[in-house]
Amino acid sequence: MSTVTQTPMPSQANQPGVPLFRGMVRPALVSAVFFMLVTGLAYPLATTGVAQLVWPAAAHGSLVERGGAPAGSLLIGQNFSKPQYFHPRPSATLGPDPAHPDQSVAQPYNAAASGASNLGTTSKSLVDQVQARAAAYRSENGLAADAPVPVDAVTASASGLDPDISVANAVLQAAHVAQARGLTPQQVNALIEQNVTPRQLGVLGDPRVNVLKLNLALDAVNATR
Amino acid sequence: MFDDLVQFVLVLIVMTGLTVAMGKWLARVFTHERHWRIERWTYAVLGADPAEPMPWQRYAVVLLLSNAAMMLLGYLLLRVQGLLPFDSLQRAAQTPDLAFNTAASFITNTNWQSYSGESSLSNFSQMAVITFLMMVSAATGVAACGGFIRGLCRKSAQDIGNYWVDFTRVLYRVLLPLSFVIALVYVWQGIPQTLTSEAVVTTLEGAQQHLLMGPVASLESIKHLGTNGGGFFGMNAAHPYENPTPLTNTLHILCMLLIPAALTYTAGSMLMRRRQGWAFFTAFLVMLIGALAIVYAAEQHGNLNLARLNVDQHTSALQAGGNMEGKELRFGIGQTSLFVAVTTAATTGSVDAMHDSLTPIGGLVPIAEMMLNNVFGGDGVGFINLITFAILTVFIVGMMIGRTPEFLGKKIEAREMKFVMLAVLAHPLTILGLTALAVLWPSTPARLNNLGPHGFSEVLYAYTSGTANNGSAFAGLNTNTPFFNTTIGFAMLLGRYFTLLPMLAAAGSLAAKKSVPEGPGTLPTATPLFTGLLVFVVLLVGGLTFFPALALGPIVEHLMLASGQLF
Repeated sequence: MSTVTQTPMPSQANQPGVPLFRGMVRPALVSAVFFMLVTGLAYPLATTGVAQLVWPAAAHGSLVERGGAPAGSLLIGQNFSKPQYFHPRPSATLGPDPAHPDQSVAQPYNAAASGASNLGTTSKSLVDQVQARAAAYRSENGLAADAPVPVDAVTASASGLDPDISVANAVLQAAHVAQARGLTPQQVNALIEQNVTPRQLGVLGDPRVNVLKLNLALDAVNATR
Repeated sequence: MFDDLVQFVLVLIVMTGLTVAMGKWLARVFTHERHWRIERWTYAVLGADPAEPMPWQRYAVVLLLSNAAMMLLGYLLLRVQGLLPFDSLQRAAQTPDLAFNTAASFITNTNWQSYSGESSLSNFSQMAVITFLMMVSAATGVAACGGFIRGLCRKSAQDIGNYWVDFTRVLYRVLLPLSFVIALVYVWQGIPQTLTSEAVVTTLEGAQQHLLMGPVASLESIKHLGTNGGGFFGMNAAHPYENPTPLTNTLHILCMLLIPAALTYTAGSMLMRRRQGWAFFTAFLVMLIGALAIVYAAEQHGNLNLARLNVDQHTSALQAGGNMEGKELRFGIGQTSLFVAVTTAATTGSVDAMHDSLTPIGGLVPIAEMMLNNVFGGDGVGFINLITFAILTVFIVGMMIGRTPEFLGKKIEAREMKFVMLAVLAHPLTILGLTALAVLWPSTPARLNNLGPHGFSEVLYAYTSGTANNGSAFAGLNTNTPFFNTTIGFAMLLGRYFTLLPMLAAAGSLAAKKSVPEGPGTLPTATPLFTGLLVFVVLLVGGLTFFPALALGPIVEHLMLASGQLF
């Protein structure tokens, strides 16, 4: 387009005689150290001080105690494999192999090393794992060999530390828990209902069941009988 | 479905309200005549003159020099971590290539992580390196945007403001106070904030569990406000200690959008063209809603390969269903999709689900958003990138009608177009060039976690994320090797400074121009027509550039998912 013409630019240089870098190096160097002290130490330490004062339990990881000893955090999932407990979602976290410390082996709910499978939808490895988990879930819970299973029961979470399961998953597990504990299914289902976490503020997230909270409640019921 | 829509609408409404409040405040930060006492004291410590008007070259050199010094300090602190006494878990220092990658990653606001936070960094490093670099890189971006907008506003001016003033004010008046308040809200919701490194507990089944923690909340708040995205823990905002409740997830999302959205209002306010600000905001919003709709539909539909195994992925009263591999139950598909769409729009790169396990189309969206790089975009730079395309749009329209293009009352001429094209081309050149190099590199196949087209997507995602300064990953790819650490490190530096510096130059060039009165041949830029044209140009340029690469990755994978082909 002929109308787009190059016009001579007004002088873009600094005032004549002032080099581009004059007076810049010292502020640049000082700024690195100074702002590290302000934003990297003063700010997080001040936040820590106030947080520890106002919400000491939450600031220290929201731990729950049982019999005076810390038994976990309601925010972090735990591994449960015994039949008297509700089981959490599969977890892809790894831990050091006791035999070869420089190698990793599956160690579900290892809170020292969050992890996911990172397998894509067309991964053969993922499909094989899900098939095996679904078969195990059906046999543990006395379901037919082709019964549908809730998706959260056979897929690994993102953190490997997901504390929750879906209500559908909890309801299907009620039978084996009731049998192992000598409770009626009605009692267990009532406990599930009491322990459903609703949508936050009525709108945010999905209803779900915190596995550690539910299992603590189960132990409390058995302890009082 | 309905519950999820309610959440989406709620978040977008709150975000729009916050845009006005924050936009007004930022305009005041950039234009306020008086310095606060603590700011004057800071300038004295730095030895910087706050009254010095800086031409764009000087503004840019100060930005570069201070960023270089900060990156170097971060690198050194990472390298001496093993010598520092504070860590009860005695985590070792990072290797040279990893420390280079980490320092480059955090100073460029990318937050790509070739390491896993809990096993690699002490609490001291999490504060003095990571939190520090998150703060200053965000302040750098917002400050640069302040100088950029000033350049658009001014007429016949030689300078675009003072970098130290912009930088210091953004820190003291915006990022530090907001981060502090939000961090406390986060602690209330359950995010730890302690100097202890771990708690050891005995689980109900009698096993020992080591719960790692630290100063997480203070990192988490600036991580999202600053569109940084690097996690305290390896699994980032999917980790319950980084994101314990749907409320924290929602706050993360709002924080990521806060400043990029507000800067449209700030620009409208400083330009005295409020409608112009809303025209830019609408362009951002239209693209975000489109991206969200696609991710949500794809993820809620689930994984066909699991449906074939009779896994129930339907929504019912008792479960939310969907493709749940690599997702957290407390967020479900709705909150997760919103997070996926926003984190790659605002180029934060924080993740509350593993993007590697998204469906092919669900995973295409974050890649595409990073390729476009201006669906809101990162703090400061997102707005600058949008203006790049706005200038390109008036130029293309000007070509069509044979008039000299004008933008905001200034003639757009060859000089500005050269800077614009440099910024437009640096981005795809870095992404596609380095992806091509990496797929030819002999050791790459051994680093992949997924085979077939998804493996290619992992590599493409890595360089797109690095160049767009996003930082999220298809995390199956093991990038902690000298080759990946170095090339992704350079991708991040190129992606940051080769879009920022040319546009500062363009702003300096526009500031020096006289303003021209609007004539009958002027294309009005505050109209829905222009917003539509702008979105069209962004999608057209992005599509033409990147479609072949996307076809080799997610698109072909989608077709293979339908046919049941496994890898």
